[in-house]
Amino acid sequence: MRLSGRDVSCVRGGREVFSGLGFEVASGEALAVVGPNGSGKTSLLRLVAGLLTPSRGSIHLEGGEAELTLPEQSHYLGHRDAVKPALSVAENLWFWRDFLGGTVFNPAETLAVVELDHAARLPAAFLSAGQRRRLSIARLLAVRRPVWLLDEPTSALDASGQIMFTTLMGDHLSRGGLIIAATHTPLGIAARSLRIGDAT
Amino acid sequence: MTALAALIRRDIKIALRVGGGALIGVLFFLTVVVLMPFAVGPDLALLTRLGPAILWLGALLASLLTLDRLFMADHEDGSLDLIVMGRTPLELACAAKALAHWLAAGLPLVIATPVLGLLLNLDAAATSAVALTLLAGTPALTFTGMIGAALAVTLHRGGLLLAVLVLPLSIPVLIFGVAASQAAIMEPLSFGAPFSILCALSLVSFVIGPFAAAASLRYGLD
Repeated sequence: MRLSGRDVSCVRGGREVFSGLGFEVASGEALAVVGPNGSGKTSLLRLVAGLLTPSRGSIHLEGGEAELTLPEQSHYLGHRDAVKPALSVAENLWFWRDFLGGTVFNPAETLAVVELDHAARLPAAFLSAGQRRRLSIARLLAVRRPVWLLDEPTSALDASGQIMFTTLMGDHLSRGGLIIAATHTPLGIAARSLRIGDAT
Repeated sequence: MTALAALIRRDIKIALRVGGGALIGVLFFLTVVVLMPFAVGPDLALLTRLGPAILWLGALLASLLTLDRLFMADHEDGSLDLIVMGRTPLELACAAKALAHWLAAGLPLVIATPVLGLLLNLDAAATSAVALTLLAGTPALTFTGMIGAALAVTLHRGGLLLAVLVLPLSIPVLIFGVAASQAAIMEPLSFGAPFSILCALSLVSFVIGPFAAAASLRYGLD
């Protein structure tokens, strides 16, 4: 499987965020998108996720499932955690499992991986920022998708959470998945880096 | 189908829990209808004549009140991005969300109508006629309102813009809803014709609403 972008440009609000960007990620590889604030890291991820359309250029996934589009084979972990405060931790995770078509049948196990099993019945409103982030990471495990698009995945995570997530990313890559992550801190796994928006 | 069922279940659960706002609509409906006799005065005949119109206006405003949360909440916490990316066609997901919203916020209005009819000096037959027209007409309000809710999300303006966008679209529903209810009260008028048109409006909104809302979400998100 190979995800590639050719000559990708992005215009938002009439302003060109970046242009002529090319990248390539293959199965088992991670790409770290680095650059200063406002350089378009999030925009690039949202372009790949199909939430924005490139003003020029194209993004392709080769070797995935033929009937599915790139966004349908991707997980997007954005700034916002997609966690409903009114639902319990397990209900939140189970909704996304059902909606996204996941195959995991044991909630306790998935929540144990992200160390939230003790809070499964707690309303998500009582979670801290780090715990909400862990809950949205659990979504990546409950539903198997080959492409992970991660926007500052380890923000709000504590040291042990960062180690846990590094392991999860390693597992994902060894299963043949691929990762594009926008980040300011090192991912902790072998990754090529794509630098955008250098000061000119 | 699991995905749609999960979406409907989740939205109803959220609406019924603390802060969900399902009951706010009914309470607002109650308030509007209770205030009317004080404004109109104790003329029972006049109240009976205005009754269906008051109930319909109350239901229209009450359904508008909770409509802006339909996509806004999902947009704010990022769920909407994942729903747009998902394998479920966005049109079906929109329809499922509207259905859940109607079950949680529209159906209670219909159920409350018989109680409120008493306050407006409507007899049992008239009240059940109004309830029946609301049952047929409120889905149209939700499904056309969904278009406004989707636009309000993509334009980053809630509340007022939604009302301005949605109210003109609900005029036909209001006209035929009230006409059918009046016909049930006053003998010579025919109930069937306006009621059929009301049902037709609902059916049309089932088709147009999800597609328009999905198109607005798909091209408007950033």
